[in-house]
Amino acid sequence: MTLTSAEVTLPAVGAVHAAWLLLAFPSFGAAVLLLGGKRTNAWGHLLGVTMSLASFVYGVALFAQMLGERGAGRSRDDHVYTWVPAIGRFHVPIGLQIDQLSICFVLLITGVGSLILIYAVGYMAADPDRRRFFGYLNLFIAAMLLLVTADNYVGLYIGWEGVGLASYLLIGFWYYNPAPPVAAKKAFVANRVGDAGLTLAIFLMFAQFGSVSFAGVFSQVHNASPGVVTALGLLLLLGACGKSAQLPLQSWLLDAMEGPTPVSALIHAATMVTAGVYLIVRSAPIFNLSSDARLVVTIVGAATALFGALIGCAKDDIKKALAGSTMSQIGYMMLAAGLGPVGYALAIAHLLAHGFFKAGLFLGAGAVKHEMNDEVDMRRFGGLATVMKITFVTFTFGYLAIIGIPPFSGFFTKDPIIEAAFAKGGTSGALLGTAAVIGAGITAFYMTRVMFMTFAGRKRWDDGAHPHEAPPVMTSPMVILAVGSLCAGGFLMFSNRLIDFLAPVTGTPPLSHGFLAPISDISLAVVVAGAAVAWAMYGRREVPVTAPRGSFATVAARKDLYGDAFNESVLMRPGQWLTRLSVFFDNRGVDGLVNSVAASMGGTSGRLRRSQTGFVRSYALFMLAGAVIVVFALLLVRL
Amino acid sequence: MISPAHYIALAVILFVIGGVGVLIRRNALVVFMCVELMLNAVNLSFIAFARMHGTLDGQVIAFFVMVVAAAEVVVGLAILTSIFRARKSVSVDDANLLKN
Amino acid sequence: MSHALILASPGSNSAELAAWWLLAILAVGAAFGLIFTRRAVHCAVMLAIVMLILAAMYAMQGAPFLAFVQVIVYTGAVLMLFLFVMMIVGISAADSIIETIRGQRLWAGLAGIALFVLLALVVGHAAIGAAAPSGPRNSSANVGDLARLIFTTYVFPFEVTSALLITAAVGAMVLAHRERTGPKPTQRLLSRRRVATGHPAPLPGPGTYAQHNAVDMPALLPDGSPSRLSVSGVLANRAIEAERSGGRAAITAQVLEPSEPVDANGRPDDKVEER
Repeated sequence: MTLTSAEVTLPAVGAVHAAWLLLAFPSFGAAVLLLGGKRTNAWGHLLGVTMSLASFVYGVALFAQMLGERGAGRSRDDHVYTWVPAIGRFHVPIGLQIDQLSICFVLLITGVGSLILIYAVGYMAADPDRRRFFGYLNLFIAAMLLLVTADNYVGLYIGWEGVGLASYLLIGFWYYNPAPPVAAKKAFVANRVGDAGLTLAIFLMFAQFGSVSFAGVFSQVHNASPGVVTALGLLLLLGACGKSAQLPLQSWLLDAMEGPTPVSALIHAATMVTAGVYLIVRSAPIFNLSSDARLVVTIVGAATALFGALIGCAKDDIKKALAGSTMSQIGYMMLAAGLGPVGYALAIAHLLAHGFFKAGLFLGAGAVKHEMNDEVDMRRFGGLATVMKITFVTFTFGYLAIIGIPPFSGFFTKDPIIEAAFAKGGTSGALLGTAAVIGAGITAFYMTRVMFMTFAGRKRWDDGAHPHEAPPVMTSPMVILAVGSLCAGGFLMFSNRLIDFLAPVTGTPPLSHGFLAPISDISLAVVVAGAAVAWAMYGRREVPVTAPRGSFATVAARKDLYGDAFNESVLMRPGQWLTRLSVFFDNRGVDGLVNSVAASMGGTSGRLRRSQTGFVRSYALFMLAGAVIVVFALLLVRL
Repeated sequence: MISPAHYIALAVILFVIGGVGVLIRRNALVVFMCVELMLNAVNLSFIAFARMHGTLDGQVIAFFVMVVAAAEVVVGLAILTSIFRARKSVSVDDANLLKN
Repeated sequence: MSHALILASPGSNSAELAAWWLLAILAVGAAFGLIFTRRAVHCAVMLAIVMLILAAMYAMQGAPFLAFVQVIVYTGAVLMLFLFVMMIVGISAADSIIETIRGQRLWAGLAGIALFVLLALVVGHAAIGAAAPSGPRNSSANVGDLARLIFTTYVFPFEVTSALLITAAVGAMVLAHRERTGPKPTQRLLSRRRVATGHPAPLPGPGTYAQHNAVDMPALLPDGSPSRLSVSGVLANRAIEAERSGGRAAITAQVLEPSEPVDANGRPDDKVEER
């Protein structure tokens, strides 16, 4: 097992020289749209889409150049400018590193992003703030690209914060409604907790290694003590949990569905929430040296996979059900990433496939919502397959991909993760693998539930709902993504293409995985069983329009498995008490101190004021007494 | 021989009595008179010192003090009269608008 | 002059000293009287005593000119000014004993004692030598020498002081001037007012009797009751007050029931009935 090393990055050549264009296009778009204001309303959306497509084209050019290179030549570093010239040992150059790992993400972000932006042209056509929306999305794309192409942790952090900002702005896009701003704040605060972990990790890196660049850190990490390496790993994991909505910072993802559906598709399904996985895979040299940190990562991933799946089972809001599924799938990616060099490439593979089918699912849900007058309660859907045929087909492709039916993508990317988990060995391996399999079954259950509640069965529509197919500007991206859902997995995993491609970055896994291993058959059986149960409950039986009370488990799942309640009681209430205590001390203590000084002044002056009797004779007395004292003093000095 | 020290002592006593009188009397006229008493005591001390030095400067000064005291009494009593016409009272306690 | 005799004869030392002590004790007693007497007029009299004693002392110290100036100008003019103003203000105005400001007397006394101690310290510490031997300065050419000093060395203060006097005189005139708010009442107007009051005739004079014939004796009305109007208001108030404070009252007090209502000036007061 070779240790990963991004140590060898050759200087830029060819198109990589202008790699900053990748960021420049969407940044330019964001600047024009957000600073230009209402004047750009007419053509703003077109500019946004164009800038995203320009970045995609350039990304393809970079990819083509990279394929032309061999070996270490594929990893190129382009120094853009020096942000912090050397202050002591602290030196932050802003450079862009185009290697195999970052190019995967670049293509995913710009490609899926452009498709979603085209979709958004149609989805947000009736919204007067459409121009602002595209401005924010361009801002997001620029920040995310910086995140994945930066060659040091500080640059990554800038992008990290940028996507957090864009997420906040976009979740709270309809700020004039009561719910979105609250959800945006919740997302931002939860992310902030994770960001603290990342910040501390960067501090630790600088303190230990004197450098924050990937090359610098990774070359020296084997010199550090095991405790430091484990601490680094855990802090980076904390950052990743915040951004990727893993336990314990998972509460914000379901609330983030308040944002417009294209936002949910791009940011909270395909790209931003995967930034945590990117962070862990990029920091592979650190994790490779600490088995404890890796173990924690796998536990977090597996637990979240189950957690998200359980939540998704009881949600009647279609977007929230899909959000639960996102949380669960990223749990799988985390599980894979925590398995070490065995799993890094698997995590990236699943990430790329997930980008396709999850985005497709969300766009389909958005089309349904758009046509049903912004209704998201699945109990009010039903029978849409006949009315929205293209949407139904693309949604089905995504559905089959996510539950892992061959030959769709999910089968090729999810099963290797389960196999790798079992292959880890020992109790941990068995537990993780079992958890992953069970998670797959539950995934099948709730996704089938969504399918039946939305597209099959009797029409339970509201009066006044006349759904028909979405306009072509919306359906074309969905079709393209459906093709990806079908082919991407197989394409990536066929003859270990992606694994070999990423090997210089992530390390060569010891085992080569076929897709006919017996474990995949077992998981397939579990999946079919889960789907069958869902069919029995929702396909055959009538779906009630009002939600029934449900069992204890259902109620718990509706309440996000008491995640919010936990946060409130353990974090929010003590925090509030602490704030109130501080306010109390400030008011009484600090203010009291200041006020008492003022009050004593006032009191003293009030007392002293009474000596002003107003009578001439008392003034004369004071004068005489004063004169006597002064002369006495003079006398004492003279004598 | 009566040394000037006797006169100085007497002048001191008269001065102190006049000072206390200014502080404790309420009738403005009586206050004025106590001030005159103080001036007279000072005059006495001037003349005693003149005698001590053997020059006449002290007497000249005392003379001028008398003149100035006369002028001061004139103006002061005129003021007093106009105040009395307005207020119908000569108590110094009535000018207490600066209270508190 | 007497002062030269006093200075010249050495044998009269003890007499001189005795005279001085007597004068000094009188002066201090008069000063205490000045600050403690209730009646303002009595205070003026006390001040006059002090000034006269001081004039004698100036004379004893070889300053005859100043002694006479003290008597003529200070006692004779300035103190009389005081008495005139007292007439205007009201001769019976007396302070009450009660002190309005709390602790004023105590603190004034303490301040006085402190001042006395301070001055005693200063004076005791100072070197006060003996009197200079009698020379030409102290002789009868005192006036001439004084004049020489005033008009040569001290001529500037002299001129300034004269300007001050002029200013003071003018200032006093301005301050005491009463501006007429209406036209000067003519003789005709005054007599009309007088008739309008209902009592155009002058007040009756005091009674003249076989055994008593004084300004404070009331005249008798036709029905035999004493006439309040025939006694000056001042005298009447004094008598009433004296009787109230338990002193020996004049005869008039016993008969002085206000048979006719009078106002503060002693003239008949018609407005009483209207109240």
